[in-house]
Amino acid sequence: METVTNRAYAEMVKKASPPSNSARNIPLAFLIGGAICTLGHAFIKLYTSRGVPEETAFPAASVTLVFLSALFTGLNIYDKLAKYGGAGTLVPITGFANAITAPALEFKTEGYVMGLGAKMFIIAGPVIVYGISAGVAYGIIIYLFRLY
Amino acid sequence: MELFWEYAKAFLVGGVICAIGQVLIDYTKLTPARILVIYVVTGVILGGLGLYQPLVDWAGGGASIPLTGWGNTIAKGTREAVAEKGIFGALSGGLTGSAAGVAAAIFFGFLIAVAFKPKNKED
Repeated sequence: METVTNRAYAEMVKKASPPSNSARNIPLAFLIGGAICTLGHAFIKLYTSRGVPEETAFPAASVTLVFLSALFTGLNIYDKLAKYGGAGTLVPITGFANAITAPALEFKTEGYVMGLGAKMFIIAGPVIVYGISAGVAYGIIIYLFRLY
Repeated sequence: MELFWEYAKAFLVGGVICAIGQVLIDYTKLTPARILVIYVVTGVILGGLGLYQPLVDWAGGGASIPLTGWGNTIAKGTREAVAEKGIFGALSGGLTGSAAGVAAAIFFGFLIAVAFKPKNKED
């Protein structure tokens, strides 16, 4: 078997990878991400128009998008959209829901506890770890310096 | 016209936040998981500094739906809890503020994973 130097290997990877077409990816992320956020805003407006207070309408709209994302992930539609949306389908809360649902579904065959139950946090886990830790650190800082 | 502008602001801000994510994907070697972590932590920091809530007030869903908005709710919940309960609030506030989104993602994710069949990779 022929040995491959690191540089030659990098060249091979470069040739084999599809060209990352930023001129197309970035506008698509803007359009699809913007559309998902606009849909979220439409739910906020819908709920507030029905008399739901704003502090409930905002999380309720997020929860609605989370449900739709989980459903479309199960129907294999969200992953197809993600091929075009890139960060536009990753960064909104729908991307977080997709990151939970997709591995949970995929690893169900490895069991309901260590498959579905554990693997659902493969991406969401780090997000929760760093998000909550940053929150606790922030809480300690504002407590110590009386900034609340 | 006013309603149009409201949705336009949500679209614009949400789109720009996502486009920044795409720039990170295309021009750095950051994986999607790292980008989500960066977005949440950025949301906590901007929210903690009081810089993110004005964006939510201006753009609504355009700022609350991206994961930075989730970070902002962590900071907001923490601040309110510390004001109310002191140092204990530093622990309880973050999850309280963001509870609905996390619980929904876990529960609906679980439900869908149980109800649907895994797809073949080639599909």
